[in-house]
Amino acid sequence: RQALEEMRALYERNQADVSEAKSGRTDLIFLIRFRHCCLLRNQRCVLAYLYDRLLRIRALRWEYGSVLPNTIQFHMSAEEVEWFNRYKKSLATYMRSVGGEEGLDLTQDIKPPKSLYIEVRCLKDYGEFEIDDGTTILLKKNSQHFLPRWKCEQLIRQGVLEHILS
Amino acid sequence: DSDEGSEELVLTPAQLIRSLEQAWLNEKFAPELLESKPEIIECVVEQLDHMEANLKRAKKGDLKVSVHRMEIERIRYVLSSYLRCRLVKIEKFFPHVLEKEKSRAEGEPSILSPEEFAFAKEYMANTETYLKNVALKHMPPNLQKVSLLKSVPKPNLDSFVFLRVLERQENILVEPETDEQREYTIDLEEGSQHLIRYKTIAPLVASGAVQLI
Repeated sequence: RQALEEMRALYERNQADVSEAKSGRTDLIFLIRFRHCCLLRNQRCVLAYLYDRLLRIRALRWEYGSVLPNTIQFHMSAEEVEWFNRYKKSLATYMRSVGGEEGLDLTQDIKPPKSLYIEVRCLKDYGEFEIDDGTTILLKKNSQHFLPRWKCEQLIRQGVLEHILS
Repeated sequence: DSDEGSEELVLTPAQLIRSLEQAWLNEKFAPELLESKPEIIECVVEQLDHMEANLKRAKKGDLKVSVHRMEIERIRYVLSSYLRCRLVKIEKFFPHVLEKEKSRAEGEPSILSPEEFAFAKEYMANTETYLKNVALKHMPPNLQKVSLLKSVPKPNLDSFVFLRVLERQENILVEPETDEQREYTIDLEEGSQHLIRYKTIAPLVASGAVQLI
């Protein structure tokens, strides 16, 4: 994940920026105006950088779901993880309030439905899976099935099934 | 199913879905967050629950089941897409959205549902706290506050949108884009389609006189 590597490197440089912002203040009186402009610019840069990271982290919630892979969490600061958790909670509260009893999971149905049944391949051993008309399917690794779309969405998100697009 | 708006209309399911689709398209193409439509959302959710319940009772293997199932999926997609679109705008313009809602006059319609308002406030608080703890409090004392209202970009109301006219409009004032142009008025014929700056026709979208496409 190159973007994350870059984010990490920038984070280190970011720390340097913040220190510069602090020490800049202690300079000679004649340069105060100039320094102030530098400080403002640094502040803007730092905030822009941090905010951009937040936006990427937000995107992760929508892409990966509520549990982030460890490799990504490793690149996040503690405060960012906290931000993510709060965002996740806020989003969950909102989604629950929308759709009646169970709420409406807005992270599903991202694309318009094209067909009722879809071809899926099983990526992991999952075990038995019951579909609407009562039949059970055994989901073994690498088996392929033709299943109702709405039943599969949850499992596709979890990484158990893979939608085969022909 | 009755509509709980001020008009007390009773919409057929077909009309309800069309209203949803209209709201969805408008929201999709408008650069700013539009009025919230809680009545439509509530009725659509009710409708979906109703359809799901019907399906559970239906005979297995009945052909109608597939068709109804598809219909449910489609409606749910439109509803999700609509709400997602709104959330994206709320997050993108959060200080402005909250400011607009706070300074709203008594009779004016709300752009945020109560739940969206709560979400927006939480998002703002979360982001403010984060920026403060990670950066701002480590900065020299005179730089520790930042106005998010000024820093976060506003929606671009001058962006161009496509629209179809639903109700005839006369004498719409179009403001000049450059200094050389002068303002002029146009008439919008019913059924005609136009490409125009959003700002000019924003109130018409709100009133339902035009449909963004």
